[in-house]
Amino acid sequence: MAELELKNLYDDFRNGKTLQAYAKIIAEDAAKLEKPINIMEVCGGHTHSIMKFGLPQLMPENINFIHGPGCPVCIMPKERIDHAYVLAMQKDVILVTLGDMIKVPGSNGSLQDARAKGADVRFVYSPMECLKIAQENPEKTVIFFAIGFETTTPMTAVLLDQVIKQEIENILFHINHVTVPEVMKELIDSRDIHVDSYNNKIDAFLGPSHVSVISGAKIYEEFPRDYNRPVVVSGFEPVDVMQGISMVVKQFVEGRCELEIQYKRVVNHEGNLNSQKLMQTYFDKVSLFRWRGLGNVPNSGLKLKEAFAKYDAEVIYEEALPIAEIEDHKLCICGDILRGMAKPPECTIFGTACKPTTPIGSCMVSSEGACAAYYKYGNLI
Amino acid sequence: MTKNITIAHGNGGEENNELIKNIFYKHFENDILAKSEDAAVIEDGKLAFTTDSFTVSPLFFPGGDIGKLAVCGTCNDLAMMGAKPKYITCSVIIEEGFSTRELEKVVRSMKKELEINGAMVVSGDTKVVPKGSVDKLFINTTGIGEIEYSGISASKLQEGMSILLSRDIGCHGATIFAAREGIELESSLQTDCASLYPQVKALIDAGINIVAMRDATRGGVSAVLNEWAKSSDVCIEVNEESIPVQEEVKGICEMLGFEAMDLANEGTFVLAVSKEDETKALEVLQSTHATSALIATVSQQHKGRVILNSSWGTKRFLDLPTGELLPRIC
Repeated sequence: MAELELKNLYDDFRNGKTLQAYAKIIAEDAAKLEKPINIMEVCGGHTHSIMKFGLPQLMPENINFIHGPGCPVCIMPKERIDHAYVLAMQKDVILVTLGDMIKVPGSNGSLQDARAKGADVRFVYSPMECLKIAQENPEKTVIFFAIGFETTTPMTAVLLDQVIKQEIENILFHINHVTVPEVMKELIDSRDIHVDSYNNKIDAFLGPSHVSVISGAKIYEEFPRDYNRPVVVSGFEPVDVMQGISMVVKQFVEGRCELEIQYKRVVNHEGNLNSQKLMQTYFDKVSLFRWRGLGNVPNSGLKLKEAFAKYDAEVIYEEALPIAEIEDHKLCICGDILRGMAKPPECTIFGTACKPTTPIGSCMVSSEGACAAYYKYGNLI
Repeated sequence: MTKNITIAHGNGGEENNELIKNIFYKHFENDILAKSEDAAVIEDGKLAFTTDSFTVSPLFFPGGDIGKLAVCGTCNDLAMMGAKPKYITCSVIIEEGFSTRELEKVVRSMKKELEINGAMVVSGDTKVVPKGSVDKLFINTTGIGEIEYSGISASKLQEGMSILLSRDIGCHGATIFAAREGIELESSLQTDCASLYPQVKALIDAGINIVAMRDATRGGVSAVLNEWAKSSDVCIEVNEESIPVQEEVKGICEMLGFEAMDLANEGTFVLAVSKEDETKALEVLQSTHATSALIATVSQQHKGRVILNSSWGTKRFLDLPTGELLPRIC
């Protein structure tokens, strides 16, 4: 067998001819539909792919994308970002987080601004880097500001596992992990405060798939069953997304409503049981987690179990951390965008007051947010 | 402007431009500076004049070091204006405690690169600062070059012209990122850091009519194309598939969520020529790098913008890179 190279993971999945072939299949099937369908890609990784590869341009008129809330940086409410800022400014603290979290502005500025003011803020690709940072700086406290969905949660759990096993004294955690199915339910069920309605236009979901590598496809079972919304768990390359869309459209044409997996090369029904066990060992659900753009979502956040309170920066630094909730800007319509009731260009501040360099609403914050993707890849052509 | 300067203000993209415009151009305003070219053209078009500072970390990386970079950077800015690099100054700011052996290693590689350019260091300065005031070693070089080919400008692109790349892109940015602490990656990638004057001379000797030329340093090829589209008020249409990117660079971009077009290069340039010169120019470029390629044409479709055309018939805008280059989360 030929050796597997990195490019094998994406080359064929970006093939122009394959994409055009799928576009044709989708168009043929969509012609049989009685009414248009709106498909929400929940995950920011999907949004990024869809916009980067221009997939809306390959869709027939009656197939629309609704860009979902699956960007862990975007959905972080300002008060949590303020927590990160306050922690970074504490004496003898090294604040460590992932990637573009450091760009997001809170009420005092971003972590980048904190760094410019002398705070020691670092980003890592793997949370395990914290072990090295803590070892090299024994006189400092390393606080890992943990963010992300089920995809990144196990990495935080493994880090805590190692901290306990190796009896490391100078690593703390600030947990902001959130879970996907709860927010999907919220989008279908909840009341929109801006328009005072329960409306949403979501007909089907493209299921976040790296989440399912950990938690399995099983977490989406209830959507076709209880909410009458088909789910296709799809990969992130453009061919994956096009095949996923095609599978959704076929379900509507054939009158089915099911949970299907497109991304079979890494996703199965059960997921990674070891990761699930680790997560259960260290984390509890919080009854309410506030999402930027959506408000309080029941059972959608995680926190460290009480037994591990001595590793919890929210407990240790309780006195220093602000508690007041900070509302989104009045003109921001992220909530409507996430429910599919509006597209980014319909927002009055889109591209004017609200830009990737000065984001006001959650969807403009990271390249995975709907507004940022629209701004960057300009779905204007 | 934000209240404090952040790393993003040095990114070669949008924030960087804002900083230069709102603070430096505002106070230093003059006709030569306003042209905003790689090097200033002075003395009735006889000389090119430029400066650059180098703060790279780590100091030594696969395929180069800060010394090689310091000579290439300044000499390349001169070469991009059609000038032969002649006289260079060299100022170093050294952190207390820095190794003498490493300093000599850096200076030796500067000398080697000066020879390739046929230039010499004619003046210099050394400062040593207390530990912690700089990160090991910073170098500034300033250079004067004799213009051998005049009229190169970012504002002369016209409909129908062709845009070429001198080689595959993103090697320097990807190499530095892979070599940084915090990202444990092993690769055989090397920086593209190289002196460009020999290639520029070959183009001039072959009788190519050079319209615009720029080395794609910070901000990468995205920044160059966007600046040209704005300066010339034209649309640049890139054929995405034709952009040469090494597999290893692609791999790093995929893993970390970067675009190769945004990554810095230190020995790669973008060239605009008329349609008639396209084939000949490509031949000259390919004699140095087999990966050089024709990547774009100039049109009027969306003036001031750069468009990427995919092989499956979709289009999107390519913007200036913004913010600090950071890995995506998942």
